[in-house]
Amino acid sequence: MSEQEIQLDLERQGVFLSTLNRFYNWGRRSSIWPMAFGLACCAIEMMAFGLSRYDVARFGAELFRASPRQADLMIVAGTVTKKMAPQVVRLYNQMAEPRYVISMGACATSGGPFRDGYNVLRGIDLLVPVDVYVPGCPPRPEALLHALITLQEQIDRQKLGRVRWYGAGDRPQTSDFPVPTFGAQGLEVEGKLIDPVGGLPLLSPYTSPEQGEQKSGRIEHPEIVRTFPIMDPTVELEHALKAKGVAPEIAVDDLKRDEVDDAQA
Amino acid sequence: MLKTEELQINIGPQHPSTHGVFRMLVTVDGETITDLKPVFGYLHRNHEQIAEQNTYLQNMPYTDRLDYFNSMANNHAYAMAVERLAGIEVPERAEYIRVLMVELTRILNHAGALGFLINDMGMWQTQLAFGMREREKILDLFESASGARLMCNYFRFGGVARDLPPDFLPRLKDLLIALPSFVDELERLLRENEILLQRSEGIGVLPRELALAYSVTGPVLRGSGVPYDVRKAEPYSVYDRFDFDVPVGTVGDVYDRFLVRVEEMRQSKRIIEQILEQLPDASGGHINPKARQNVRPPVGDTYARVESPKGELGFYLVSDGSGKPYRYKVRAPSFINLTPLGDMCRGYKVADVVVILGSIDIVMGEVDR
Repeated sequence: MSEQEIQLDLERQGVFLSTLNRFYNWGRRSSIWPMAFGLACCAIEMMAFGLSRYDVARFGAELFRASPRQADLMIVAGTVTKKMAPQVVRLYNQMAEPRYVISMGACATSGGPFRDGYNVLRGIDLLVPVDVYVPGCPPRPEALLHALITLQEQIDRQKLGRVRWYGAGDRPQTSDFPVPTFGAQGLEVEGKLIDPVGGLPLLSPYTSPEQGEQKSGRIEHPEIVRTFPIMDPTVELEHALKAKGVAPEIAVDDLKRDEVDDAQA
Repeated sequence: MLKTEELQINIGPQHPSTHGVFRMLVTVDGETITDLKPVFGYLHRNHEQIAEQNTYLQNMPYTDRLDYFNSMANNHAYAMAVERLAGIEVPERAEYIRVLMVELTRILNHAGALGFLINDMGMWQTQLAFGMREREKILDLFESASGARLMCNYFRFGGVARDLPPDFLPRLKDLLIALPSFVDELERLLRENEILLQRSEGIGVLPRELALAYSVTGPVLRGSGVPYDVRKAEPYSVYDRFDFDVPVGTVGDVYDRFLVRVEEMRQSKRIIEQILEQLPDASGGHINPKARQNVRPPVGDTYARVESPKGELGFYLVSDGSGKPYRYKVRAPSFINLTPLGDMCRGYKVADVVVILGSIDIVMGEVDR
C-alpha cells in the first residue's frame, strides 16, 4: 500500500493523519481569492462565474479582492493591449506569493480574434507565468469553474520543498517580474523587443512545454517558433464549407443560398 | 479660510469601479474635484483596422465584441448598414425577431447597468446579483436561439442566422410574466432608498444644453430632459408599428438616469408583448433567401444608426466595390457619453466620481474599440 492509500484507509476508520504538504495545500486550494480585475468581454463571464447562478463560493474563491495585495489569483479576463501590459505585470508583481494566474479566453492566451492588431499583446504568458489556460471567446462560466478546479488539482500536487516561492533547490528566487516599457519598436522587456507586429507565434518563456518546470523568471527572446499544421504548405485543408462538425447547418445553408443565386444568375 | 493645496491622483486603470480599464486623472482640493481628465486607450484593440481587412460577414462577430453587454444591438446596427449599402431586403419575420432580440438586450443591459450603479454606491454585489439573475434568464433564451450566451453573432445580412427554436416563445412568455415583478421589486427597493437618494439626487447634474452640446445620447440624454430616441426620431426596422413611450428625466442627475433606465425596461417589455401579438408565422422565412452573405456592395457610403441601450450606435461604411469595407467607422455611444465626464464631476466629491461614472453606463470595449 502506498502512503496515500494508507492515509485514505485510516480516514475511513476515523483516524485523520496529514502531512504538512497536504495541510498547506488544503488551506491554499480552499481559499483562492481572485483579484477583481476585468479587462474586456471575458470579465462579464467572470462576474457570472462569481454570482449566484454559477456560484464560485462552492469552491472557496468567491471573495473578489479589489487590491492585488490581498489576492492569490489573477484571472486575466480579456484582451491585454500593449498599453495595459505594463500595468498587468505590475499588478502581478504586487500580489503576494503564492500567486496563480488563469489566462481566460482566447485573447489573453494568444491574442484571439484581435491577434492581428498592432496594439494587442499576443498572449499574457509572454510576460507572466500562466497556470491554467481557458479556451473560448468568451469561455462559459463552467469553463472557468473547470479552470479553477484544475488549478486546485495543481495546488494539491505542490510540495513545500519544491515550490518556487520558498526558493528551494537551485531555482532563482524571483519575486518581481520585469515590467515592459515602450521602446522605439514597441513593447520591450529589458531592452528586448517582445511580440513584434506581424511576427510569428512566440513561445512563452515561462510556461512553454519545452521549458517545463524550469521557469527562469527572466525573459529571453524566444528563438524557437511554434509550427502549426495550418502553416505547413504540405497539409491540405478541407474546404471551409465542407468542414463537418463546425456549425454544419450554417455551412449547408450558406452553400444552398449560393447555389440558388448562381442558378438565377 | 484654510489654505489648501491641490493634489493629482489616478483612479484606474485597475480600479474596481472603473468598469474595465479606464483611467481618470483627478485633481482634488481636499475631497472636492477641481478637474478630471479621462485617459482612454487601455482596451484599444484595433477594431476598425482589423475590420477593414475582413470581409463584410467576417466583421459580424467582431461587432459582438464592441459593446459586449449587448451584442445583438451591435449586430443590428452593422447588419442594417451593410443591407443599406448592398440593397438587401429583410423579410418581415426577421425584422420582428431582430427587434425582439434587441429589446431583450435592452432589458438585460439595464438590469446589469443598474446593478453596477448600485455596486458603485457601495452595496457590493447585492443588487448586481439580482440583476444578473434576470440577465441569466435572458441569456438562456439567447443561447437557445443563437448558440452563444454573450457573443451571439446571430444576425446575418437579410435576416437572422436561424429561426427561433420551437420552445423559444413559450419560454419568453414565462419570462415576461416574471419580469414585471423584478422591475417593480427593483424600484420598490431602491426608489425611495435613503442611501440611493443621498448618493444620487443632485449628483452629477448634466444640464440639458450641455448634454446637447456634447451630443450625448441614450439614457444620459433622456435623463437630462431631452426626449430623443432614434427609435422615435428615425424609426428603423419595424419600430413604427409599436406603441411605446420614451421616458425623460427633469434634472439630469444620477437619480434621473436611474429612473429612466427602470422605465425603459418596462417599455421594452411593452414592445416585446406587441411583437408577440404581431409576429408573422414562419412561412415568411427568417432570412432573405436571395441575400448573399459574401456581399460585394456597389461603390458608395452609408450610415446606419440604431438606439442601442447605451445610446445612438452608428456604423459608417465606405465601399470601394470589393468584398471588404474601405472605411469602417463606429459611432460608439459609450465613448461620446463619456466626454462630458469632467464637467459632470467638477465640484463634487471623490466618492461621487465612481457613481457618476456608473450612471453613464460605459463599456470600455466600445469606448476604446
